[in-house]
Amino acid sequence: MSVAVTKSRYQSEEFSARLRRRYAAERRFRIAGMVAVGIASLMLVVLLGSIISKGYTAFWQAQIRLEVTLDKQQVEERNYTALLRQALYAQVPTATDRATRRSLNDLLSSGAPYELEAKVNANPSLVGTTQTVWVRADDEIDQFMKGFIRRDVPESERRLNDVKIAAIDALVANGSIRSTFNTTLFTAGDSREPEQAGILGAVVGSALTLVVTMLLSVPIGIAAAVYLEEFAPKNRWTDLIEVNINNLAAVPSIIFGLLGLAVFLGFFGLPRSAPLVGGLVMALMTLPVIIIASRVALKAVPPSIREAALGVGASPLQTVTHHVLPLALPGILTGTIIGMARALGETAPLLMIGMVAFIVDIPGGLTDSATAIPVQIYMWADSPERAFTERTSAAIMILLAFLILMNGLAVFLRKKFERRW
Amino acid sequence: MSVQTHIPATAMPSRPAAGIHGTKMVARDVKVFYGAKQALKGINLEIQENRVMALIGPSGCGKSTFLRCLNRMNDTIENCRVEGLIALDGEDVYGKNIDAVQLRARVGMVFQKPNPFPKSIYDNIAYGPRIHGIASHRDEMDEIVQTSLKRAGLWNEVKDRLREPGTGLSGGQQQRLCIARAIAVSPEVILMDEPCSALDPIATAHIEELIDELRENYTIVIVTHNMQQAARVSQKTAFFHLGDMVECDDTEEIFTNPRDERTQGYITGRYG
Repeated sequence: MSVAVTKSRYQSEEFSARLRRRYAAERRFRIAGMVAVGIASLMLVVLLGSIISKGYTAFWQAQIRLEVTLDKQQVEERNYTALLRQALYAQVPTATDRATRRSLNDLLSSGAPYELEAKVNANPSLVGTTQTVWVRADDEIDQFMKGFIRRDVPESERRLNDVKIAAIDALVANGSIRSTFNTTLFTAGDSREPEQAGILGAVVGSALTLVVTMLLSVPIGIAAAVYLEEFAPKNRWTDLIEVNINNLAAVPSIIFGLLGLAVFLGFFGLPRSAPLVGGLVMALMTLPVIIIASRVALKAVPPSIREAALGVGASPLQTVTHHVLPLALPGILTGTIIGMARALGETAPLLMIGMVAFIVDIPGGLTDSATAIPVQIYMWADSPERAFTERTSAAIMILLAFLILMNGLAVFLRKKFERRW
Repeated sequence: MSVQTHIPATAMPSRPAAGIHGTKMVARDVKVFYGAKQALKGINLEIQENRVMALIGPSGCGKSTFLRCLNRMNDTIENCRVEGLIALDGEDVYGKNIDAVQLRARVGMVFQKPNPFPKSIYDNIAYGPRIHGIASHRDEMDEIVQTSLKRAGLWNEVKDRLREPGTGLSGGQQQRLCIARAIAVSPEVILMDEPCSALDPIATAHIEELIDELRENYTIVIVTHNMQQAARVSQKTAFFHLGDMVECDDTEEIFTNPRDERTQGYITGRYG
């Protein structure tokens, strides 16, 4: 009897209509999901596309070939600028009058004489000979060669006057301008001149900052998480601590910067703009992230493993160090690396403690003045020169490369240490 | 019931000379509270040496709670409070003279769900002896691992893959691995909390045989939901109901001639 009723109900027209509606709902959900993923991917492609298309030119730099006669007296007077200029005038047939020559002076990078000087100092036997050297062109020549300064614009609105363009045309005609890989971008510190500016100072600053952050926040964070998760009694105090840690993770980073300014610079008198202070501030900011991630990872270790260890007579600390912590390690590592990646991309707190300064030297220690990659991006984005626009994008690409590297490492470590139970 | 005449030297420490089956553990008026809720309402029980004591009763009656009191595994549970006396060889296990870690080395435990460490089979067994410093060098440790696996009846199946993970074994093998792990530290008492509930009948039969063999060297307390199992493996049975220990007697007595009608009702399947 009941079988007959059941059968008819599940075979009725009404039931199959309901079934169709259920499948339709499922299809709609799946389409909505795919659309969401599609939009997200599109955004990513647009973002990366715009950064790469704006920034890839920064990896190339125009150079000018000059036949420099290294006159002994000029070298002794360290008058390399004059040597280079003379060589340049010789290359350009129109350089006959003073006005043209003065205009041509701007074609060479202001760093070119130092390059030449370094070359001569490295090899003093060059003095008295004529050498073919390739020196960096000024950033405006570089931009012109890359097509960012257009010659069909009226001269008054153009960054390069007709005299310079004629000279460049002459240099191009006899093969004296080439485009080479911009090694300066990776080997130099910051500079007011785009063609002499590099990211290395910021990279080193970021690395030093991250080292301090990691050395402080990883051990403290994991220890705190282990204590809270495995040993602390569950009472009102630990609840309060937990709520506060969760709140700290949501505090805007600039607040941590203000805290660092007041405490580390104001109270302890640590040096301004130093990676040491940056690292301390970042450690404060990263701690809650690491504690929360580690606690989640510890919580995911099945209680049966703890019971097994306690059951054979392991002490609570042995249980944690021999069994629970190794099993939680992949999760802890992932959380830590993601926290570190966040610290690497953080700008606001560094602004508060003075790591936003214009620093040419590559920092050599934890207390040297330094800046960081995101701050460097911020400063270059603020610079008026056209050439800094592409360098900003290039710096973003370098930062993204580091972030992808770190996240990739997190995935790799998780896969490597992941264990089943 | 056969009388044990062979009592091996390995299980001999601090044994009181009280008959053939001395009293190994004693519970006197044991009350357990989880917060405000009382789980055990005054349990009195004697566990005899080299015999198997089965604890039976419906779900939630407190038999697992009682079992976990015997090696203080309840210490790890927040809000759990134990009153009364539990003694091992006449010493209060909650007293000052016995440390929980030391107690758990003397009173081993096998859990409901097989829980091998996610390490090699060898390391699973060697872990306990290693932390207690039982083996001083490699050969000795190899010996302990081999003996333990042999006693647990697992040696022939795993001897060629001791370095493979213990989690790769079948459910029944994992449980025998856990038993081997428990006996590797040479405990005096082994507690088993429904050791066969996750296993198929063949694996269960294996474990039951094993329990019968282990009885020679160890005192065993087993919680089970399976009445046939209690009848097969135990010499003494205690029936728990709603936090009370209703009845404790020889297994034969309990199953053939229960005194309390609640026991009768449970073993005949009227409730539970």
